[in-house]
Amino acid sequence: MTTESTAPPTVRGDGRPPVLTIKDLHVYYGNIAAVKGISLEVYQGEIVTLIGANGAGKSTTMRTISGLIKPRKGEIMFEGTRVSGMRGDEVASMGIAQSPEGRRIFPRMTVLENLELGAFLRKDRTTIQADLDRVFDLFPRLKERVSQKGGTLSGGEQQMLAMGRALMAEPRLLLLDEPSMGLAPVLVEVVFEIIERVNSQGTTILLVEQNALAALKIADFAYVLETGHIGLEGPAADLADNEDVRNAYLGLA
Amino acid sequence: MATAEDSAPPLEEQDDERTIPVRQTTSAGYGATKWKLESIIGMIVLAAFSAWIVASFVKGPRAFIQVLVIGLSNGALYALIALGYTMVYGIIELINFAHGDLFMLGSVIGAISLEQWLGQKSSSPTAWVWLAVTLLFAMAACALINIVIEKLAYRRLRNAPKLAPLITAVGVSFILQNIGIKLNGSAPHSRFSVLPRGALHIGPIEVRIKYIVVVAITAPLLLLMTYIVQKTRTGKAMRATAQDRDASLLMGINVDRIISYVFGLGGALAGAAGVLYVQVNETTRYDAGFRLGLIAFTAAVLGGVGNLLGAVIGGVLIGVIQSLNDGAPLFLGQEWTQTVMFSILIVMVIFRPGGIFGKHQQEKV
Repeated sequence: MTTESTAPPTVRGDGRPPVLTIKDLHVYYGNIAAVKGISLEVYQGEIVTLIGANGAGKSTTMRTISGLIKPRKGEIMFEGTRVSGMRGDEVASMGIAQSPEGRRIFPRMTVLENLELGAFLRKDRTTIQADLDRVFDLFPRLKERVSQKGGTLSGGEQQMLAMGRALMAEPRLLLLDEPSMGLAPVLVEVVFEIIERVNSQGTTILLVEQNALAALKIADFAYVLETGHIGLEGPAADLADNEDVRNAYLGLA
Repeated sequence: MATAEDSAPPLEEQDDERTIPVRQTTSAGYGATKWKLESIIGMIVLAAFSAWIVASFVKGPRAFIQVLVIGLSNGALYALIALGYTMVYGIIELINFAHGDLFMLGSVIGAISLEQWLGQKSSSPTAWVWLAVTLLFAMAACALINIVIEKLAYRRLRNAPKLAPLITAVGVSFILQNIGIKLNGSAPHSRFSVLPRGALHIGPIEVRIKYIVVVAITAPLLLLMTYIVQKTRTGKAMRATAQDRDASLLMGINVDRIISYVFGLGGALAGAAGVLYVQVNETTRYDAGFRLGLIAFTAAVLGGVGNLLGAVIGGVLIGVIQSLNDGAPLFLGQEWTQTVMFSILIVMVIFRPGGIFGKHQQEKV
């Protein structure tokens, strides 16, 4: 199932090279292949979404981009620099931040400490403070709970904290892994609105989602992952209309 | 040790905003009645123990207080060693069984440098200066040794099953003991103390100066440690790494370097403990680390492994219990001391594996 969606040759990124390029990426857990040769591109200012079923390799791809897993084969380039093979902290220092699957906030630190850790690599106090204000503006809830320990927050609040923490790094590329997981429907909408807002403020976003419908609505371009390889790709709007995608992922036959 | 599970608190996935404020940190999922019974028994034990201490004090206040001072001094040393156990456990969940032997190396290195290299064998102001130099030297040496051990032996086992680094630590312990034999000989080696021999007299109570010196050196070290962990950027990175290593990497924290740093700090404290131990006990032996290490480990368990403040309090408590049992009226006497101390270890592991403060407390590192 490919062909029809690749038809309109939309020019992505106004002729500029992509911010993130993944070429023929293979990732293994022991002897088990989780990602089997995927290639994708993210251009400046885009929201690109990676959708697919459980176990398709979405989170593995995200973890590999961030340097938490080493790929067995293939290459990840960020702004012209090869980041595959770098340590996680080195990737972060390149300007890639991630709000990981399962949130992974620091449970025994306060909301403020969590956010400050997001800005760990930054030195300039005043711009950090400005970004802190921006995060509180996006997530007023976090401001109310600023001195509460991360582990005592609700799932939705933790999700906000994880996203806020990633934003505190002032990333040029923001990776969001399942930001809507486990959230009440009302909150899902809020989270997607915030993603759009962050994007409109200039941050390039790679979004992994199981909530394919919502993801396709806000994304510019989409890749559909099927057990470790890319089955379909195209402008998000086209994929949302695609018969196969609607059947398989949107439940809207 | 059961403290591991609190690093990932199970959080229910229901997100109705209105239900949020109810959730608390405490011992969720633990049967409330069981908890109650446990705390009642705990209270009774505590009350009995306090009554015993009061009775002992009433019976012989002078002896009691003198013994108490010795206990505080010993306890300070245990606290220094226990911190090394607890910090390493906090950050990589390894009970570093070689840590006691590192302390032993600190004592031997310190004694050799003070006596053989610097030629200081009696108390004088010059000797005190050299003692300070020796203290710093032994701290640096032990920090370096510990960092190298982590790099060579533990780092590559970081993602291996828990048993592998544990056995490796036992192996490292033997290696350090053999280095100890090489440097110190297989028999106990008597050493000189350069601290003043005298005592301070406060009313009828006599306090040996060496015990005061130990506490006076240990206390600022412990404060410095607290400052580093709580206030500095590196300290914050240490706490983050202890709580979630992958998330720390995502923040841009160089986790390998932070872990090295923790081993360095723990090693430095063990080195300081070694030098002070020689000044108090005037002896070095290659197997000193085994017993002292176990006692310090007991202290760490008492305070909750992974809990910094707990290690200090546990160390002081163990030191005091030990010396009270050794010398205070109405206690069992020296021949029972080890039995008492390791009974405490067993009782703690069975009934309160999270330490006297419970497991949902304080800062791991």
